[in-house]
Amino acid sequence: MNIPARKFVILALGAVLAVLAGASFDRSRRLREPVVLGPGIKEVRRLSAYFSGLRGTANDANVYVLEGAKAGGAVLVLGGSHPEEPATRLTAWILAERGEVDRGRMFVVPSANRSATTVTRPSGAYPATFAIPTPWGEQVFRMGDRWSNPLDQWPDPEVYIHFPSRQNLAFVDIRNLNRCWPGRPNGTLTEKTAHALTELIRRERVDLVIDLHEAELQYPVINTIVAHQKGQDLAAMASMLLSGDEFKIGVENSPPALRGLSHREIGDHTDAIPLLFETPEPFLDATRGRTDARLLLEGKDDFVVRAGRRGLLFEKIDEKGWPVDVRVGRHCSTLLTVLEVWSGDHPARAVSLRGIPRYAEVIAKGTGAFLRDPAKAGPGQLAFE
Amino acid sequence: MIVTIFYYLLVAFVAGLAAWNLWKSRRWQEEVLYVIVLIPFLLRLLRLK
Repeated sequence: MNIPARKFVILALGAVLAVLAGASFDRSRRLREPVVLGPGIKEVRRLSAYFSGLRGTANDANVYVLEGAKAGGAVLVLGGSHPEEPATRLTAWILAERGEVDRGRMFVVPSANRSATTVTRPSGAYPATFAIPTPWGEQVFRMGDRWSNPLDQWPDPEVYIHFPSRQNLAFVDIRNLNRCWPGRPNGTLTEKTAHALTELIRRERVDLVIDLHEAELQYPVINTIVAHQKGQDLAAMASMLLSGDEFKIGVENSPPALRGLSHREIGDHTDAIPLLFETPEPFLDATRGRTDARLLLEGKDDFVVRAGRRGLLFEKIDEKGWPVDVRVGRHCSTLLTVLEVWSGDHPARAVSLRGIPRYAEVIAKGTGAFLRDPAKAGPGQLAFE
Repeated sequence: MIVTIFYYLLVAFVAGLAAWNLWKSRRWQEEVLYVIVLIPFLLRLLRLK
């Protein structure tokens, strides 16, 4: 083959690859994640209702408001602070689609850092999406990443100086919502997002903030509730009840010297008690094998198991792995137990929630059993993340 | 806005460099490499991201 013909063939093959890649990017951009508004939803607001600086940005997230007939306290639940931790968004989905509040109010944000749902880890070979099986088919969700999309916030600085503590943090964490609390109105997109959520907490007189997370098994803060000092008793009681009745879960104190995290800054800068829940997600471990949707959902990985045999992990893992149903079940039960303990201790600020499955039920039926079919949603009963 | 314009000019410049190198190259391995390098720059110019 002569040289011009060879170049043409190589260019043609490149064009095929470009079309395939472009089509994949386009599909990801157009993917809409439906939320069927459950019977408990009173209203769906935007985060910009609390800080107008977010209007028109990728992070003008939906806030699902559940309100009971009886007066009580208020709780804010954050999913998707790190969207690559899918049990957090799935738990928030179940709250929005199934939850009913009898007393008090609940604010649910499934995509706290929505920008981070629109990107995956560069060079991480992450799947763009994952699908949860349900009785009516599959529901597809965006995979997401830990950090805001650099298309929405760039360039990163050499060093990230946290506001207001001025503590120096890793440069990339300027796009990490859970290093940007309490945020500021004139900061980056991620700082503005934290500021809007802080304003929500203040204006709605939120008593409890639950920040849902997942962690690699090589990270010491795992299968635990991280509590600000204001919430240590609450977290300890919930931990004892859960460890006795359902599954083992620990308590960690929020370190006063580590700034920017929800469990530190929300407690220091508002009247609310922040608690952060962690479940194990082998997908995030550095020693994992193939990084695909199967690993994300089944949580099974031979390499992570081998790391465990060598004592390199802070949580046990065996061939059964850590399936997403176990992780979602843990978050549901931990939330329900925290609310029960809080409401028992503070009757005037109680929040009573029903319609949410506990740990054993999520494992028995699967997460998908608690997602509603968007095709059967009535008029005005759908929102999109 | 100005930064964005400069950004796309930079992307076009690098894409042009890759295309020029592809044209000048005489080894098929390099040609494959330049085409692979070119793809993300072309997609970015087409605003597919």
